[in-house]
Amino acid sequence: MDSTGSRHPMTGNRMDPAEEVGPHGFETHEYDVVVIGAGGAGLRAAIAAHDAGARVAIVCKSLLGKAHTVMAEGGIAAAMGNVYADDNWQVHFRDTMRGGKMLNNWRMAQLHAQEAPERVLELEEWGALFDRTKDGLISQRDFGGHRYARLAHVGDRTGLEMIRTLQQRAVALGIDVFMECTVTKVFRDGGRVSGAFGYWRETGRFVVFSTPSVVLATGGIGKSYQVTSNSWEYTGDGHALAMRTGASLINMEFVQFHPTGMVWPPSVKGILVTESVRGDGGILRNSEGERFMFNYIPEYFKSETADTIEEAEGWYEDKKKNRRPPELLPRDEVARAINSEIKAGRGSPHGGVFLDIASRRSAEFIRRRLPSMYHQFKELADVDITAEPMEVGPTCHYVMGGVEVDADTEQSLVEGLYAAGEVAGGMHGSNRLGGNSLSDLLVFGRRAGHNAAYNAQKLSGNRPEVPEDEVKAAAEAALAPFANLEGEGGENPYTIQKDLQEVMQRLVGIIRKEDELRESLVEIERLKERAKHLRVEGHRQYNPGWHLALDLANMLVVSECIAKAALERQESRGGHTRDDFPGPDPEWGAKNLVLTLDGESVQLKHQPLPTMPDELKPLFEEA
Amino acid sequence: MGYDLKMRIWRGDADGGDLGDFTVAVEEGEVVLDAIHRIQATQAGDLAVRWNCKAGKCGSCSAEVNGRPRLMCMTRLSDFEESETITVTPVRTFPVIRDLVTDVSYNYEKAKQVPAFAPTPRDPDGKRRMMQEDVERGQEFRKCIECFLCQDVCHVIRDHEDNKPAFAGPRFFLRYAELDMHPLDTNDRRKLAQEAAGIGMCNITKCCTEVCPENIHITDNAIIPMKERVADRKYDPVVWLGSKIFRRGDPAARTEV
Repeated sequence: MDSTGSRHPMTGNRMDPAEEVGPHGFETHEYDVVVIGAGGAGLRAAIAAHDAGARVAIVCKSLLGKAHTVMAEGGIAAAMGNVYADDNWQVHFRDTMRGGKMLNNWRMAQLHAQEAPERVLELEEWGALFDRTKDGLISQRDFGGHRYARLAHVGDRTGLEMIRTLQQRAVALGIDVFMECTVTKVFRDGGRVSGAFGYWRETGRFVVFSTPSVVLATGGIGKSYQVTSNSWEYTGDGHALAMRTGASLINMEFVQFHPTGMVWPPSVKGILVTESVRGDGGILRNSEGERFMFNYIPEYFKSETADTIEEAEGWYEDKKKNRRPPELLPRDEVARAINSEIKAGRGSPHGGVFLDIASRRSAEFIRRRLPSMYHQFKELADVDITAEPMEVGPTCHYVMGGVEVDADTEQSLVEGLYAAGEVAGGMHGSNRLGGNSLSDLLVFGRRAGHNAAYNAQKLSGNRPEVPEDEVKAAAEAALAPFANLEGEGGENPYTIQKDLQEVMQRLVGIIRKEDELRESLVEIERLKERAKHLRVEGHRQYNPGWHLALDLANMLVVSECIAKAALERQESRGGHTRDDFPGPDPEWGAKNLVLTLDGESVQLKHQPLPTMPDELKPLFEEA
Repeated sequence: MGYDLKMRIWRGDADGGDLGDFTVAVEEGEVVLDAIHRIQATQAGDLAVRWNCKAGKCGSCSAEVNGRPRLMCMTRLSDFEESETITVTPVRTFPVIRDLVTDVSYNYEKAKQVPAFAPTPRDPDGKRRMMQEDVERGQEFRKCIECFLCQDVCHVIRDHEDNKPAFAGPRFFLRYAELDMHPLDTNDRRKLAQEAAGIGMCNITKCCTEVCPENIHITDNAIIPMKERVADRKYDPVVWLGSKIFRRGDPAARTEV
């Protein structure tokens, strides 16, 4: 970091009132790699790029250590074989592909399964304290869709452990972190990335990064829905930045509704209830007391799912002789089942279903394995989960879709633009298995960081230029919401966000229909029109209204992508369920939908799925 | 069940500010942060506040609610009378940036000063072995969500700006203790804990423990044992020798940093 002016030692913010003028008219920094986002993928990418010799900056919207990864609960899926020696990458790969209904990019799923164990051990090397087996190895827990107990975990706060470990590692390496700094534009010089533009949230000042490599690690899009487990940061920034830079998105129709979010009280509706509750023995019941998941076992998973209570109960002790309880089907299946029970009038008093672990495990066990859940329900809902069932319902949790990248390098269609973690697409196909997100962040964060560093290195002296006119245009665009300040009327960004959330929840939710999807596109168009007349009050210093106004543009374009792709795909698969096309269609199963931006207009095309090589196919032929 | 809540919220910046009066409609089951968000969405779009998870897991929304350091997302309105005015001010130990947002960079500076974890080599099979009972002490400390409420309430730095350079605060005593109790670490940070981090300045009033939203026993489980370890190192050759012989390679196998 340069040394002009008096700065925050850590945030790097200018503290003196004078506007700083760098080579581009604004504060300017030069790096080899700029990583946008400081969750698991961003931090891992930055560490990898640093280790490869690059000068690296991390730019993130929140304080360091607060990114959404912190909320991950269950664990990191990795076939380490610590609990079941039979586990290996092939089994993990197969589970992942089947969980994604075979729409995954096979190569990403393969790399992920192969590299995840070493990535977990690396975290331990950097100070993570995972729960242990009796032999002192990293303990692994059961989760939906995974054949063996596979999730490395720390109680039910694995994400916190992961982010803190990576954060401490990044700090120890002396990587520059631009905290509370939002990127609004990625620049290109000809066909390749040349820099980025952003603003300090604290001061509202602009900042320009000159860099040949940008890694997008911005997470997801959940804030476009009313009921979501996602934080305010999840506004699809990386998705939108990628499209505006000329990259493509795939699989945007696939949105994961986690089956178990809190439903009451209203203020916590959507907050996640970890799948570990079911992995550790919790079951789902409807208002009639029925363990209803046995009625929802799909043909596709029949051979690996218990169809009697006896067998399901036997599984916790003996996984060889018994098949998995239906509560541990992949998330899309469980979410749809809960949705159906509620619609059929068999829901709980507050519009969910019952998740019961109290009657099945000791209070001591529950408090030890699920301390955060115990705390969360006790503090926010007055429910003691060791004594009574929880009420839960689906909540928007994760977007499978994201930036289309090369499986090995994580580079998008644009040279120098990389994406890793939730913002990237392909790895999870049409549905992500629980636990595969944290491992995804580590495996592909590292790969992206590495390749981004290499991209910068191979350019040596030929650094692409930041285009002057685009810097000016980016500054003007960022200030546009203040332009209406003097006039009457104008739209409140909070109101538009609320209206968008309502539209997406109502028309592009768990169960979709053609007419509703068409209606959603009309509504989104109206919202885009209204968003042209945004008006924010106050000044540029730490102004959340202004920040939201800028994030809104991203939410709108990403929502349009989701709705457009959902309308196009005439089948049901994973996180995309069409009421008018209830089953999967093999023709659709061989295709991705690719979205790009032409000016302001979202373009969509069909593209064949990458073909899995013959030597991997036998893994899918067994009964 | 809804009612109109009266709130007073501090608004201003480094140059000064005032409590502003707001009345906002609230619903059953809501928390202070819900009320703040509604004010932001409908009355004061530029009201500055930090938050992320809204579930007590990220430690972003620290503030002082009626003078008590709290996470706004975990402070339920039902803890107050409906007629009561709730006053929200920024945490006092750190300089204000704007409204409820403060400059917490002190903490990030202190974090940089803790020498990193330096493990022993892996076992021959490429894995590492530690027993659950040996990692549990550290796991308690790693529950810390870095809300910095313990730092906010600590007498040593609250209203004593001059102590800040020489004092790392409870959050980082947790970190020193965690590493000192880590079964595989090879660094000995006891001298640093005493000298650079100033653990000796803590007079164990337990204010930090009281405000910890994660219920970490900061004083009893981290600070006091760490003070003892530091004292062992300094004064007692017998204890020091004993520890060399009996404690599983810890801290005898460590190198002072």
